[in-house]
Amino acid sequence: MTDVAADTLLDVRDLRTEFATSHGVVRAVDGVSWDVRAGETVALVGESGCGKSVSALSIMGLVARPAGRVVGGEIWFKGRDLLKLSEDEMRDIRGREIAMVFQEPMTSLNPVLTVGRQITEACEIHLGYTPTQAHARAVEVLGFVGIPDGARRLKQYPHQFSGGMRQRLMIAIALSCRPDLILADEPTTALDVTIQAQILDLMKDLSRQFGTANLIITHNLGVVARYADRVNVMYAGKIVERGTAREIYANPRHPYTLGLLRSVPRLDEPKRARLDPIQGQPPDLTRLPPGCAFAPRCAFAIDRCRAEVPPLTSVGGAHQSACWVADSLPGVAAKPVAEQVPA
Amino acid sequence: MSTATDIASVDTVTAADRGRRWSAVVADFCRRRPLGAIGAGVVVLMIVVALTAPGIAPYDPLNIDFAAMLAPPDAAHWLGTDAYGRDVLSRIIYGSQTALIVGFGAAFIGATAGAVLGVGSAYFGGRTDLVVQRFMDIFISFPLIILALAMVAILGNTLPNLIIAITVPMIPRCSLVIRSSALSIREMPYVDAARAAGYGHARIILRHMLPNVMAPYLIMLTSFLGQAILLEASLSFLGLGVQEPTAAWGLMLRGAAVEFAETAPWMALFPGLAISLAVFAFNLFGDSLRDALDPKLRTG
Amino acid sequence: MSVAENLPEAPPQAAGDVILEVRDLTKHFHLGGGLFGGPPAVVKAVDGVSFSIRRGETLGLVGESGCGKTTTGRCILLLEQPTGGQVIFEGKDLTKLSPAEIRVVRRKIQVIFQDPYSSLNPRMTIGQMLDEPMAVHGIVPERRARQDRVRELLTVVGLLPSMASRYPHELSGGQRQRVGIARALATEPSLIICDEPVSALDVSIQAQIVNLLENLQEQFHLTYLFVAHDLSVVRHISDRVAVMYLGKVAEITDRTALYAEPLHPYTQALLSAVPIPDPEIESHRQRMVLGGEVPSALNPPSGCVFHPRCPIAIEDCKRIVPEVREVRPGHRVACIRV
Repeated sequence: MTDVAADTLLDVRDLRTEFATSHGVVRAVDGVSWDVRAGETVALVGESGCGKSVSALSIMGLVARPAGRVVGGEIWFKGRDLLKLSEDEMRDIRGREIAMVFQEPMTSLNPVLTVGRQITEACEIHLGYTPTQAHARAVEVLGFVGIPDGARRLKQYPHQFSGGMRQRLMIAIALSCRPDLILADEPTTALDVTIQAQILDLMKDLSRQFGTANLIITHNLGVVARYADRVNVMYAGKIVERGTAREIYANPRHPYTLGLLRSVPRLDEPKRARLDPIQGQPPDLTRLPPGCAFAPRCAFAIDRCRAEVPPLTSVGGAHQSACWVADSLPGVAAKPVAEQVPA
Repeated sequence: MSTATDIASVDTVTAADRGRRWSAVVADFCRRRPLGAIGAGVVVLMIVVALTAPGIAPYDPLNIDFAAMLAPPDAAHWLGTDAYGRDVLSRIIYGSQTALIVGFGAAFIGATAGAVLGVGSAYFGGRTDLVVQRFMDIFISFPLIILALAMVAILGNTLPNLIIAITVPMIPRCSLVIRSSALSIREMPYVDAARAAGYGHARIILRHMLPNVMAPYLIMLTSFLGQAILLEASLSFLGLGVQEPTAAWGLMLRGAAVEFAETAPWMALFPGLAISLAVFAFNLFGDSLRDALDPKLRTG
Repeated sequence: MSVAENLPEAPPQAAGDVILEVRDLTKHFHLGGGLFGGPPAVVKAVDGVSFSIRRGETLGLVGESGCGKTTTGRCILLLEQPTGGQVIFEGKDLTKLSPAEIRVVRRKIQVIFQDPYSSLNPRMTIGQMLDEPMAVHGIVPERRARQDRVRELLTVVGLLPSMASRYPHELSGGQRQRVGIARALATEPSLIICDEPVSALDVSIQAQIVNLLENLQEQFHLTYLFVAHDLSVVRHISDRVAVMYLGKVAEITDRTALYAEPLHPYTQALLSAVPIPDPEIESHRQRMVLGGEVPSALNPPSGCVFHPRCPIAIEDCKRIVPEVREVRPGHRVACIRV
């Protein structure tokens, strides 16, 4: 993380976020560094509990206190360390410069306010718009997100919109103050497949059109493949592999990434007799093993993996992996167990 | 790959974890809710006093001693004596038995019957639910004390009847609360699974639904305890509850307040304090219990 | 694995024997109305669905939320009383049985739910949960033998026998789903309705559960109705697939035909919307993105319910309700344009 590119918008360095639980301290995010450049789409991929959502909440200063606490690291955003800002200063950044889109479009909108009010409110607070200006902006952003007849729709309440439409509304609210970065936490997980495609296409288009950078947090490898420029794979609070989407998918250099890619059935491949699952259970963050957290589930683990935590090191250019045996892993295509049967 | 011995056997819970649970829960409750812990302490003290009454009471509560009539608090009678020379402290100690029997009896029967009715009503739904709940609404529309007075008037005032009289107005209040949480339990897939497994209605209600409304049940139970003690005292005070010469707090107040409020204030003061303290302790404990259990209700 | 092998193996069944036939199933929900309300609104959650499942096969039932796939499953389980139609299981019409007869049949049709957190009773141990159905149905009357059987079931689904004394909250999501599967197996069913059994699980656990379901199917000659929205998983596990849209079957055929040559425009759109985890392929892939959203089942479109979103709809589609007809052997489609 020494060479910070000139167009780096968000630079997270060695971020550590902890939660106090009745079973002890959980290091939800454990020394994670990553960055987002202006206008690009970066993905944080991982399963529940890997720390991807907590990373986003840490950036927004929204980690639930008092149990949760950012205990270390820096979050540089446009020349300022967000962790050093006061709550008032953070409030100006939230929604204005960094906006967030949540997973649940049903519950992230206030049911008793018109959608117009929910969009204009942000513009009035952050941009100092008059009600008339804010209204005009609201109609405009509804147009951007593909909701026609904005003037009429603004008077309606969230329950009058379907799930996909509500997610468009969330994106419209996020866009309304022209942020530099949108954090989208599982933006399509609650939506149907055909609607998912619409929403992701929309986010990609808007990013191109307005130069907004996107950070997509997801567990869905398919979503990442289609929309992300760069990918960070997280496991048990750490980044285990990062690189461009193409590198990660064509040549995964971490057994976890490899396992994820192999375990999902794919429509473009012949049907396999059996899937190749990752063995074992997701890690219990209160009692992580010494060494690599993935080692207990890893088919390639050697003794060293159980003793020393592997650092994130380059396996070719910007492609990095935190694995002692990264160089000797097989490719994605090599299927050890599955005999192929014709579809 | 012929069998399923994969993997899922990783054991994440140790035996130590499970053994620790009860004491840890109690310690946690005391640390987070000191007021509730104080309430619980007073409740435990009351129970101990009631159980050991014959051992700790300095006098027989029924022992009439005309030599010591209306004696103010002194070394012989710490809290003084009443108009018959009976020791007030001893009567308060024995009175706690009456209070607890009526309190626990009425609260337990009321909350349990209410819970069964509420869960059953939610489980069957439809017309059954409609009829049961409208019937409950009728009962709820009367104030507690009025309904209890009416019940005593109908049944007569023996101790069991007193318990029933106090129980009746509690049942619909509890059933209303329990029903609302049972409605959401009814929609849980594990209840569907029980239905799909071909279990009978009674088994589903008693074994699969009732244990899952324990949290609201316990909350109702503790809040009823305080109310029942207060109600018993009120009825006794009005002369419709426990009858002389049984030691009961409400009854002691009645005798005291009518004639001796000015000449022998200790006769009214100490039983009054006992009632207040008991009700206050039960309510403190109940409130803290509700706060402690509520988050778990939400997260299932 | 010796324990698992001791379980009685079902005799191999002749393929083609129909175990379940659903005929013209409808389920309408009445909203509002009641004592003082106006005329109740009717949601046709399932509207004339017919299909059959042969013994030992897996029928995938796919569609988006609100298409009626879950309600169809619940009607087969008699968790919902069907409004019309027949559910014929092993020759008996379930909709005509008495409550006592239903309780007996329920042993044979079991269910695995989506959410491993809410599908297990939090107040019961895993052992009690598995013991209960065997006791109630008198499958293993003797208590000691039941305990052995509980341990055996746990082993079969890949859990430790010692987990019988655990409570659900002490297990991970994947482990709980295995308990759910063991519970379904406890009554020795012949048909299992799998209602989105993997969609609530972590990606790395999904494949474990899918493999387990497949292994169990082989071992115990189970028949599955696999209700899901993930088309990749459905393709992997199913022999035949039915696609539902707004309470109706749009297309039903065997797996190979459906994925290689989908005929209904909705199936085509659905397949093309599934992202493939490979940026290289994704960047060249031609996709058919459907406009609009699934209409409300309260007020479904006239004619073919898919016509407002259909890329090949013609005027007739607004009027004519398409019949599900066999366009090729074993391949039935509800579209007048095919």
